[in-house]
Amino acid sequence: MDARDALMLGRDSEGRLVRRPLSPHLQVYRWQITMTLSILHRITGVGLVIGTGLLVSWLMAVASGPVGFAEAQAFFGSVLGRFLLFCWTLALFYHFCNGIRHLAWDLGHGYDLETFSRSGWFTVGATVGLTLFAWILGYALLG
Amino acid sequence: MATEKLSQRTLRSPLGRVRGLGAAKEGAHHWWVQRLTAVALVPLTLWFVASVIVLGGASHGEVVLWMARPHNTVLLLALIGATFWHGALGLQVVIEDYIRSERTRLAAMLAMKAAMLLLALFAAVAVLKVAL
Repeated sequence: MDARDALMLGRDSEGRLVRRPLSPHLQVYRWQITMTLSILHRITGVGLVIGTGLLVSWLMAVASGPVGFAEAQAFFGSVLGRFLLFCWTLALFYHFCNGIRHLAWDLGHGYDLETFSRSGWFTVGATVGLTLFAWILGYALLG
Repeated sequence: MATEKLSQRTLRSPLGRVRGLGAAKEGAHHWWVQRLTAVALVPLTLWFVASVIVLGGASHGEVVLWMARPHNTVLLLALIGATFWHGALGLQVVIEDYIRSERTRLAAMLAMKAAMLLLALFAAVAVLKVAL
């Protein structure tokens, strides 16, 4: 029993079973920034949940004592660790910026096509800017 | 498509079949809590990222001192709660969208909720162990 199956079949005026038309999907539309950002919001959301594993393991390493903490710091300082942290920062800032865009829509702002697209590109710029700012600041403070 | 043989294995109307499968009168709550946790995560995330940057290169003792300061403990716990709640609500929508079989969907949903709750508890207990 699937609600989508039930809704795909209908009857025409002569009582014959017909398949209801599907609305056009990805293969029909011209590429737009908005469609990419929409799916990226979901991808980064799922990615960030996976990335919470980093947060949990770091907190548990702090709780386990100096030895466990040193091991965790060594991992986060390695090339792989830094790469994962960078991806996590990028995904976080993207989901953060686009999330604020979503909240603005919830308040009823930014629905006309031009603003829609412009706020999308602004989100891309802000994501890259914030990520680079955070990493440059981080390295600068490390000395 | 014209040659496709269509069949209907049930006498129930499409409307009858989807009744009760749609809005279960709690969608607004899911939507609202997703927004609520999102708004809470805006300052909490900025605070956490800034803290991690400042803590870069800190020793174990310094991190413990930082985590044990009451306002940091509270904000970390709030961050953990809001993050895992928001994440669970988001993953719920992904599961509902992509898993069609009702049994698999229920199993995935239960596993996901359990995993998110356990991860949140692991994180919170770690913070409390350091702080208390």
